[in-house]
Order: sequence, then structure tokens, then C-alpha cells
Amino acid sequence: MTDAPGITLQGDYLIEQKPLFTGVDLTVPAGQWTCLLGRSGVGKSTILRLLLGLDTSGQFNGQVRANDDRAIGPRASYMAQSDLLLPWLNLRENVVLGARLRHEKPDLSKADTMIARVGLSAYATKKPGALSGGMRQRAALARTLMEDRPIALLDEPFSALDAGTRADMQDLAAEVLQGKTVLLVTHDPAEACRLGHQIALLTPAGIAPWELPDTAPIRSADDPQTLQAQAALLSYLRAVP
Amino acid sequence: MNRLRYPLFAALLGIGVWQIVIWATNAPHFILPSPWRVANTGYEYRSLIAQHALITATEVVVGLLIGAILGAITAVQLAAAPRVANLILPILVFTQAVPVFALAPILTLWFGYGMASKIVMAVLIIYFPVTSSFYDGLTRVTPALLDLAKTMGALDRQVMLRVKIPHALPSLGSGLKLAAVYAPIGAVIGEWVGSSQGLGYLMLLANGRAKIDLMFASLIALAVLTVTLHLLVSALVNRMNRMSHATPSA
Ligand SMILES: Nc1ncnc2c1ncn2[C@@H]1O[C@H](COP(=O)(O)OP(=O)(O)OP(=O)(O)O)[C@@H](O)[C@H]1O
Ligand SMILES: [Mg+2]
Repeated sequence: MTDAPGITLQGDYLIEQKPLFTGVDLTVPAGQWTCLLGRSGVGKSTILRLLLGLDTSGQFNGQVRANDDRAIGPRASYMAQSDLLLPWLNLRENVVLGARLRHEKPDLSKADTMIARVGLSAYATKKPGALSGGMRQRAALARTLMEDRPIALLDEPFSALDAGTRADMQDLAAEVLQGKTVLLVTHDPAEACRLGHQIALLTPAGIAPWELPDTAPIRSADDPQTLQAQAALLSYLRAVP
Repeated sequence: MNRLRYPLFAALLGIGVWQIVIWATNAPHFILPSPWRVANTGYEYRSLIAQHALITATEVVVGLLIGAILGAITAVQLAAAPRVANLILPILVFTQAVPVFALAPILTLWFGYGMASKIVMAVLIIYFPVTSSFYDGLTRVTPALLDLAKTMGALDRQVMLRVKIPHALPSLGSGLKLAAVYAPIGAVIGEWVGSSQGLGYLMLLANGRAKIDLMFASLIALAVLTVTLHLLVSALVNRMNRMSHATPSA
């Protein structure tokens, strides 16, 4: 795996001839965290799927490319909005699913480390049915982080967690995905202001950029500048169509 | 024991209704023998019935195994090649329009009077239910899961082995439960058409000699055989489901 590439997506998206968004121009700079926000149903998950080259129900007119012109899909790890754990596998087997599906020898000790870091060591041999929603989300995060790819596309990866666990998981993801190109979909202004190098707001009329403090993430939660950005972002989000 | 209470009660009810019909219609014993007569005859001929039941049971179990394996292999092959499946599935459905009963004489001609033709009958009758229920399960994996596998760079073979097949095991299970009930039908039809052993043969023989009690006793032996097989397969399938899916899949 070589260096993490920057990614751009430009174009319009139609569902049954009706535009969902038009004139979108999204740039995800190489090796940085970009947070994608926007109202529910505006098309954030759709954008992740377009970047990955997965089928979507609508029609996309435009282009998706990496700045090194190589394919994105095979270099990206993906965490979908639902956990997608296999109910018949225990947690550890779920976490090494990628390697199993590629018919590679899974790195079980790395998996155990990752499971420990998402705080689920005691549940490593339990099946997903025995875990809470937040635990399942952390298991899915561990599975995603195992994939060690230069690009990570994360769809609301921390949405089911309490504030404390969420901050822990954000720290973990920031550490493991250091130097990778990350696109994080989130509804949480605090999360975006804490983790993002930049913020992109998706609206039906395109991407609106949003200025963040000049400091590097992870920004401390009690930093006045961060707090201010967060408050401003919240009121802006409420005003966005 | 609790699980047996209702089936036992149902059996008693059936026997009760049977006896009441005899009282009500005054049917002579060579038309409709009483439960008591049949039980007596069954006891008297127990070793003869057991000997023929063993033949039928062998045909059914062997047919069930072969049919289940063939059906499962077909389903996996079809699920692995959607284009081929689109071609083959309509043909499979079309073959179901041919009553298996009509094939029995031909199968007897081809495979002889022994067990082979009955096993083939049983296989033919269960092949489709097993194939189609397993195939359904294999092709109904959540698309999001297949997308995830794709982003992980999964190999088709591994997706089949580790995602589709485990997901479809409960569907295969329902197919097998059905098959356990169908397989004896196939075997007995085969025996009717041409054989010198098995419960189907014994029934015809008893009928021909106007031994209606023996015919009923054989029929009940066949029913017991079928129910036992169904219960065994159900227990096996439920166990398999519990092992593979700790909870109902999301
Ligand atoms: N399978 C589908 N079939 C038809 N329409 C779909 C399908 N999936 C999504 N859509 C439509 O696409 C639009 C965008 O969906 P998408 O999942 O990208 O939204 P989102 O921004 O991720 O929303 P949320 O924040 O609620 O997750 C929605 O309005 C939805 O109606
Ligand atoms: Mg979404």
C-alpha cells in the first residue's frame, strides 16, 4: 500500500429523474480527515457508495477520481451505517472477516488487540446477538480498522455510543487512521469540529465548505475556538435547507 | 415429554373418530376394520411388517440423503452462476409439472424391481423442494452485506462459503423437513408400481388377498415411519439452526 491519495467527486445525482443533489464538488484531501454533514436523506451515504463504486438506486452523472488516477474501491475500507455483523460468527471471527473472505490468514493477535481497544475483550467469543447496539457498532469499527487501507470511508461510525465511549473511539480511530485519507459522515457538529481537518456540508444544491479553526485535530473539547466553531456550525446546520 | 403431549392427544382423537365412524356406519370389518382389529393384526404380523418397513425405511433414508446432497449442490451451483440459474430454474420448475407418479413405470423399467428404482423416485420427489428452498436462502443475503464483502476484496468462493451458505442453512433446513415427508411418498409409489418388498408392496399384497386389517396395519406402519423421520430431521435441523444462528439473524 502506497501513500493515501486525495479524492474528488463532482456531479449530479438523480433518483427516478428527480435530482437528489446537483453541482456537488467534494474534495477529500490526501491524508486528512474530512467530515461530511447534511440533513438526513440528503445523500451522504450515497456519496460514500459512489466513491466505493457500489451500486446505488439512482443515477449519477459526474466523475469520481483519486488524484493518482488509480481505483478507489480496492484501496478503501468501508464502515456502513448498519453494523452488518454476521450473526453466526462470534465477535473475533467477525472482526477478521475481511481476511477470511480474501482467503488470507487472519492476524488473530492484531484482532484481539483491536477488540481490546474497542473495549470488547470480555465479549470476543460472544455472538453479535448477545451484544448491545453500541457494542455491535464498536465491533464493526474494529472490523473496519483491521482493514488497514490508505482510504477509510466511515458512515456515522460513532452514532450509537455514549459521549465518553464516543470520545474514546474517536481517539482510537484518529490514531489508527493517522495519515490516511478519511471521509467521515456524521450528524454531530461536536464530532466534526473535534476530528475534521475540514468540513463539507452536503445540500441539494452542492457542497458548502465550512471553516474550522486553524488548529490540527484532534481538537480539545474545551478549546474556546472549537466550541465557537461548533456552536456556529449548529446554527448554520439548522438554517440549511 | 411435554412436546409429545399434543401429538399423542391428536393420535387418540384420530383413533376415537375412527371408532365412532365404525359405530355410526356399521361398516363391516372387511371394509373398515376397527382400531382394535388392526392393532391385533399388526401385533400378529409384527415381524413381517417390520421386515418390509425396514426395506421402505432404507429406500427413504438413502433417497433423502442422495436427494438432499444433489439438491444442495445444485442450489450452490445455481447461486454461484446467476446467468445459468436464470436458464435452469424455469426448466426445473417445468419438470415439476410432470407428475412423478407418471414416471414410476419408466423408472421401474430402467432401474429394476429392487430398491434402486424406489430410491430414484424418492430422490426425484425431494430434489426440487430442497434445491429451491436452499437456493432462495442463498440468494436472499442482505445486499449491504455483499457490498461490504466486495469492499473487502472478497473472493466469490469465500463469500459463498462464509456468508451465503451459513445464511441459507435455515432455508435448507425447511426444505429438508419437507423432504422428510415427501420421500416416503416417492418410495411407496415406486413399490406399488413394481416390487417384491417394502410396505407399499405389503399393502398391495394384503389388499389382493382381502386382508384389509393387514393393509391398515401396514398403512399405519408407514405413517409412523414418516412421522418418525420428520421428527428426526426436524430435531436435527433445529439443532443445526441453534448452533449456527445464536439469535434470529438481523
Ligand atoms: N435503496 C434505495 N432505493 C430508493 N431510494 C433510496 C435507496 N436508498 C436511499 N434512497 C434515497 O436516497 C436518498 C439519499 O439516501 P442516503 O442514504 O444517501 O441519505 P443520507 O444522507 O445518508 O441520510 P441519513 O443521514 O439519514 O443516513 C434518500 O432520500 C433515499 O430516499
Ligand atoms: Mg446515511
